[in-house]
Amino acid sequence: MSALTLDGVVKRFGDVTAVDGLTLTVPAGTCLGLLGPNGAGKSTTMRMITGQVLPDSGRITVLGLRVPEESKQARAQMGVVPQQDNLDGELTARQNLEVFATLYRIPAEQRAAAVDRALGVVGLLSRQHARAETLSGGMKRRLLIARGLVHSPALVLLDEPTVGLDPQVRAELWVLVDELRTRGVTVLMSTHYIEEAQRLADDVAMMSHGRLVGQGPPRSLMRTHVGERAWEYYGSEQRLQEVARAAQRAGVPTRSTGPSVSVLRAEDAPPSLQADLGEPGHERETTLEDVFVLLTGENVE
Amino acid sequence: MSVTVARPTATPVRWLEPSAIAAIWTREVTLFSRYWRSTSFAALVEPLVYLLAFGLGFGSLVAAIGDVPYIQFLGTGIVASAVLFTSVFAGMYTTFIRRTFQKVYDALLAAPIDVHEIVIGEALWISTKAAVYGCAPLLAAMVFGLPPSWGMLLVPAIAFLTGLGFALFGILASASVPSIDSFNYITSAVVTPLFLVSGTFFPLENAPEWAQRLAYLNPLYHCVELVRDAVFVTLSPVDLVHAAVLAFFAALMGWLAVRTMRLRLIG
Repeated sequence: MSALTLDGVVKRFGDVTAVDGLTLTVPAGTCLGLLGPNGAGKSTTMRMITGQVLPDSGRITVLGLRVPEESKQARAQMGVVPQQDNLDGELTARQNLEVFATLYRIPAEQRAAAVDRALGVVGLLSRQHARAETLSGGMKRRLLIARGLVHSPALVLLDEPTVGLDPQVRAELWVLVDELRTRGVTVLMSTHYIEEAQRLADDVAMMSHGRLVGQGPPRSLMRTHVGERAWEYYGSEQRLQEVARAAQRAGVPTRSTGPSVSVLRAEDAPPSLQADLGEPGHERETTLEDVFVLLTGENVE
Repeated sequence: MSVTVARPTATPVRWLEPSAIAAIWTREVTLFSRYWRSTSFAALVEPLVYLLAFGLGFGSLVAAIGDVPYIQFLGTGIVASAVLFTSVFAGMYTTFIRRTFQKVYDALLAAPIDVHEIVIGEALWISTKAAVYGCAPLLAAMVFGLPPSWGMLLVPAIAFLTGLGFALFGILASASVPSIDSFNYITSAVVTPLFLVSGTFFPLENAPEWAQRLAYLNPLYHCVELVRDAVFVTLSPVDLVHAAVLAFFAALMGWLAVRTMRLRLIG
C-alpha cells in the first residue's frame, strides 16, 4: 500500500516550471529520499503535498486522501519539518510544541506527555523553557523535528533536514529517521546530500529541473545505470578526452569529475577498451553520485 | 535520539475546527500573559488623557451636547476610538509580522488548519481584547461623572462586534500591502478620517449633509451611536440598523480578508 502518490504533477510559477510531470510513489513504512540540487523542485513538491502550493495539473494522494481537496485531513496525519526555521521565536520550545499539540488535536490530558516525549526524542528537555529565538541553529532544527513528531504522524516530510547541522547532530538525526522507519512511519526526505540519501533511503528519487530522472533503491539504481565498478583516469585534458572518446566508442558511459574521467560500468567494458586506454585507471566502487551526475549532468554535494 | 510512535487517530476534521482556533488562542494567551501590563496601562491611561485634554479643555467651551455634558459625550465616543485602535493596528501590524517576518502562518499551514481558521482565530482574539479595552474609556468617564447604567453592559458586545470588523479590515490590509511601510497610507487615508468623522468629538447632526451621508458609511459612526444609545439608555429600533451595519461590515471584511490572505499564503 502506498502512503503517498504523485501522478503527473505539474507546477508553474510564471514562466518557470518548478515541477514538471512528476510521478512518484512512496510505499507505506519506507523512506524515500528526494535527491536533487537546489532549484530542482524538491521544496515545491513538499509544499504541494501539504497543500501549501496548488498543482496546476496532476493528482496527489496522501494516506489515501486527495490533496489539495482533503489536505487538512491529510495534514492531521503528517508531520512536516521545513527547510527554513519557522519556529515561533517569541515562544519557548515547550510552548511551540504545545501550540502544535493543540492544533493536532491531541487530547488536553495527553498533551503534556506528548510534548515531553517529543522534546525527549530530540534531546531538548533541558532547554524546554528557553525561548526558541535564543536556541542555537542545531537546537532550532531539533525543535522543528520535535514539532513535526509531537502527534506521532503516519507520514513525515523532512525538507533538507540536516542543512547547516554539525556532523554529530546530523548523525543523531539519521538514527532518528532510521528509528521512525523501523517503526512503520513513512518518511519523505528531500536532500541534496548524496551520502544522506544513500544512507537512509529505501528508495531514491532523483529530480532535476522539476523532472524525475531516476527512481529506485540506491543499489539498484547504481547497478542499472553505472554498474558495480568504475575506472578513474587522471591526466592532461587531452588524455581525459581520449579516455572519454574511447569509452564512448566501446558503448561504456563515462563521468567527468573535475580533474578526472570515470569510466563507469567497468566490469562490462570490452577487453578492447582496456587495450585502447593503455595504462589502467584507478579502480573504485561506483556511487549514487555517479548515477546522479550521469542522469542529470549536474553535480551535487 | 529515540522515538516512540503511536498511530494518530484520523478523526474527520471540520471546516471550522475548534482545535485550530484553540491553538491560535493558546499562542495569543501565552504572549499576552507577558505584555498585558503595558497594554492595559496604555488602554486605561489614553482615555484619561483624552478626557483631560479634550473633555476639560473643550468642555470649558462646550458645556453640553444636547442634554449630555460634553465630557460624558466624549467619554462614550472614545469607546469607539479605543476599539478602532486596539483592533485595526493589531490586525495590520501583528498579522503582517507573523506572515512575512516570523513565518508563523507558514508553519501553521503545514498542520491541520486552513487560512480561514487563522484569520478567524486572530480576529476573534483581537476583537475580544477590543471588547475588554473598549470599556476602559467608560471607566475613565465614570471618574469624570458619567453615571452607571444597565446599558453599559451592552458595550462589550458592541465593542466586540466593531472590533471584529476592524480587526478583519486590518488583516485584509496586511494581506494587501507590499511592505510594512505601506500601512502609513492606510493609517493616513483611511483610519484617521474614520476616527475623526465618527461623531466621537462632535455631533454630526450639525455637519454638512454630504459629511453626514459619508458618516453613515463609516462603521465607527454606527459604533459611536450604538454605544451612546446603550450608555444613556436611549435605545430605539434605529440601533438595530447600527448593529446590522457593524455585522455587515465584519462579514464583508471577513470574506475579503480570508480571500486575500489565501492568495498570499497558498501558492
